Amino acid sequence: MDNTLHYLPLVILLIPMFSFLLLAFFGNQLPRKGDFIAVTLLFINLALSLFVMFVFAQTGKYSFTVDWFDLGKGNTSFTAGFVIDELSAIMLIVVNAISAFVHLFSVKYMEGDAKYKKYYSYLGLFTFSMLGLVLTNNILLMYVFWELVGVSSYLLIGFWYEKPAPQEAAKKAFIVNRIGDVGFFIGIMIIFLTLGTFNFTDIFAGVAAGQLQGGMLTAAGILLFCGAIGKSAQFPLHVWLPDAMEGPTPVSALIHAATMVAAGVYLTARIFVMLSADALTFVTFIGAITAFISATIAITQNDIKKVLAYSTISQLGYMIMAIGVGAMSFGMFHLVTHAFFKACLFLTAGSVIYGMHHIQDIREMGGLRKKMPVTYYTFLMATLALCGIPLTSGFLSKDSILAATLAFAHINGGITYIIPVLGFLVAGLTAFYMFRLLILTFLGEPKNMEKYDHCRESPFQMTIPLIVLSVLSFFAFFSFNPFSADSGWIMQMMKTPESLLTGTRGIIYHIVDREEYTELLHHAHYPAMFLSLGVAGLGILTAFVFYFWKKVNVDSLTEKIKPIYNFSLNKWYFDEFYSATFIAFTMGISRLSAWIDNKIVDGAVNGAATVTSWTSTASGKFDNIVVDGLVNLSGGLVGFFGLVFRKFQTGKIQTYILFLVFGIIVLYFLFR
Amino acid sequence: MEIGLQHYLIISAILFGIGLFALISRKNAILILMGIELILNAANINLVAFSHFGGIGIDGQMITIFVIILAVSEAAIALAIVLNLYNHFSTVNVDEANTMKD
Amino acid sequence: MNYSTVLFYIFALITIGSAVYLVTTKNIMYSAVALFISLFSIAVLYILLRADFIAITQIMVYVGGILILLLFGIMLTRKVTEVDITSNALNVIPSVIFAVGITAILIVIMLTTKWNIRAPLNNEVTVNQIGKMMLTGYLLPFEIASIVLLVALIGSAMYARKSKQ
Repeated sequence: MDNTLHYLPLVILLIPMFSFLLLAFFGNQLPRKGDFIAVTLLFINLALSLFVMFVFAQTGKYSFTVDWFDLGKGNTSFTAGFVIDELSAIMLIVVNAISAFVHLFSVKYMEGDAKYKKYYSYLGLFTFSMLGLVLTNNILLMYVFWELVGVSSYLLIGFWYEKPAPQEAAKKAFIVNRIGDVGFFIGIMIIFLTLGTFNFTDIFAGVAAGQLQGGMLTAAGILLFCGAIGKSAQFPLHVWLPDAMEGPTPVSALIHAATMVAAGVYLTARIFVMLSADALTFVTFIGAITAFISATIAITQNDIKKVLAYSTISQLGYMIMAIGVGAMSFGMFHLVTHAFFKACLFLTAGSVIYGMHHIQDIREMGGLRKKMPVTYYTFLMATLALCGIPLTSGFLSKDSILAATLAFAHINGGITYIIPVLGFLVAGLTAFYMFRLLILTFLGEPKNMEKYDHCRESPFQMTIPLIVLSVLSFFAFFSFNPFSADSGWIMQMMKTPESLLTGTRGIIYHIVDREEYTELLHHAHYPAMFLSLGVAGLGILTAFVFYFWKKVNVDSLTEKIKPIYNFSLNKWYFDEFYSATFIAFTMGISRLSAWIDNKIVDGAVNGAATVTSWTSTASGKFDNIVVDGLVNLSGGLVGFFGLVFRKFQTGKIQTYILFLVFGIIVLYFLFR
Repeated sequence: MEIGLQHYLIISAILFGIGLFALISRKNAILILMGIELILNAANINLVAFSHFGGIGIDGQMITIFVIILAVSEAAIALAIVLNLYNHFSTVNVDEANTMKD
Repeated sequence: MNYSTVLFYIFALITIGSAVYLVTTKNIMYSAVALFISLFSIAVLYILLRADFIAITQIMVYVGGILILLLFGIMLTRKVTEVDITSNALNVIPSVIFAVGITAILIVIMLTTKWNIRAPLNNEVTVNQIGKMMLTGYLLPFEIASIVLLVALIGSAMYARKSKQ
């Protein structure tokens, strides 16, 4: 019984692969291009992952390894396999659920697209890669799946590759991700060189035994985290995610709200126990800075998807920050809740775009509440969750994170107080821009009457996922106490592990043990809750004042703070900065290489060709003059001698007798 | 001076040379035949002289007879050929009978 | 001075002189006459060598047969205009040189060789001896010679007749 169940994760991993292959090779022959098969397979996968979670709850953690490859020379053989523990079980459900709902939603959203079959096969490929990433217990194999996820996202972002913007966006996503992956790989190599293994369990054992420590340990931790910076769009590699909105909206929901970007958070959670104090400091500050920058940009954006994209970056910053301050379980919890309500937000945005016939600018929308009620209510529910309003799941997770930051600041003091300050500030900004979005889209008066008239509610294939996801944003799924998640099943299951480096100190960070930390958390819990509620309420109020009651003239305000407004609207000019520095540098180098290739290499080749042609001309002349001359000379000589000696053949016997006599005379003299 | 063997031999040698000269430098076929006869006669003189002065007894003269016989038959046939040549080319100059030459 | 010595020298000179005349004259008839004289002189030389049978044979066969034959040949093959040029530019000088050379060589050989000289034959008639040898020692050559003569006879007759066609 045990053994067969242990193979279930493998089955879960392979079902999306099967969907990908089936649709890729046979999709054109299947009715409706096989989309219903894909949808069914994914829902089966979801059911199986729920079952796995159930088994895990009964039996606890288990893993399954096989021998992978062998570099020879003794004990350098590597294993591959998967592990089911609390992190991976939860992620299985999250990935499969969001993927299944996106499959269903896309039936209507992508209807009539020319590359419909390819879309579903790519979705299967992506799901397979993501599942592989969360299941594996081997950091090298995780890197392999990491890259596969990157490839799938490239294919899906650039899905409408006939237009130039998606091509550029896909390239940007892949390249920026790659930059992060360089750091990730160097980190893997450091671990391998010092610890000699890729298996997580062995790595942690090695670190606990002190084989890797000090500066190298911090460096390894930071480098591994670089991968997360790239994949989870943290500062400074966050520039790809807004551009990735060029892909279809369901793709944005799947990849850029819920799953792929969560991979970075997942990785950081996995390696949490071996991050040193300084590495954790780095992680925390990156997360906080990211959250702040993207929140400031989100308040001025006018594209519905761009607002949600920056909101995603900001929330990812929250999760990273949570792991950094030592509350890994809260970070993961926020990941789960965020996955559901952010996917819901993206899918409602998709529904709005579908209803408005592919307009994405919110300045053209308004008053859609009456026309698309289901969409409106689900959007409202998800927004409340995102802002951290009580009775939602988002409230539970966000609140815990803010409490953790307060505890962190209490422990370390000094400059670390900036972390909770930023955290609360971002919470306020989040509430403001989300409600701005809601008001401008659904409330008020319609701005574009023509589109408004044509707008209808979306079909059920699109609204059912919306309803389900918004229900999942309700608090009850995660805890029966609306104000604290500690007694809920998820927090019971997912406890922050004791760091391997408890007791160590970094420059500003002191890793304390779990007991002390939990104490501080309890103390900080209620202050954080009230503070966050206050800040969120302020944000919502401001949004209503600006946009609904229109007490303040937004446009004149914008004029007064034009420089700051522009700075925010233009995304803090990150793209321009990168373009002027790194990209210009790289282009310069490539131009130099092209010049070298053209002038020098080609010049050498041409020079060689010219020399060869001279040589061959000279050789030809030599052949003509000298060789032919010799041949002609010898021919002439032969002819000449022939002419001379021909005279001997006179045909007259008398001449022959003469010669005969001559011969006799000669012979006489020879033999006398 | 006593006539010895060598005198006759010298005579025959001179005759041989003259005959050879006639053979190789005359154009008329009949004259060439005459040269051949001279040569044969020189050989005959040689043989007879040897038979007289040398120790070969009568053998020298026997051989001479046979040489004469052969010379006769050869001259007969040669003349037949010359007549044929004359009928074909209407000349007996050996260097004008040259249709085999290029 | 013996008679024979004087005779020898006289006839030797006649022989050689007529031979020289033979090869240098332009007229074929004159050459034929010179040959005639030459052959006669040789016969005399044979007599001086006590080879009587040979001498008579020489006269009968050579002079009476071959010379007549040659005369017939000359007569039959004459052109109206007899042009016999001796000077064959290519051949005269080299042939003179070579003929003289051969002669010289032969003379040198003959003078320098030590001949096995015996006493001359007795003065008996040689006919008997020749007859005897012909049918005993030289029987085979005799027979063959007769066959050769027969063949020559038939051949020349046939050949000469054929040319009439």
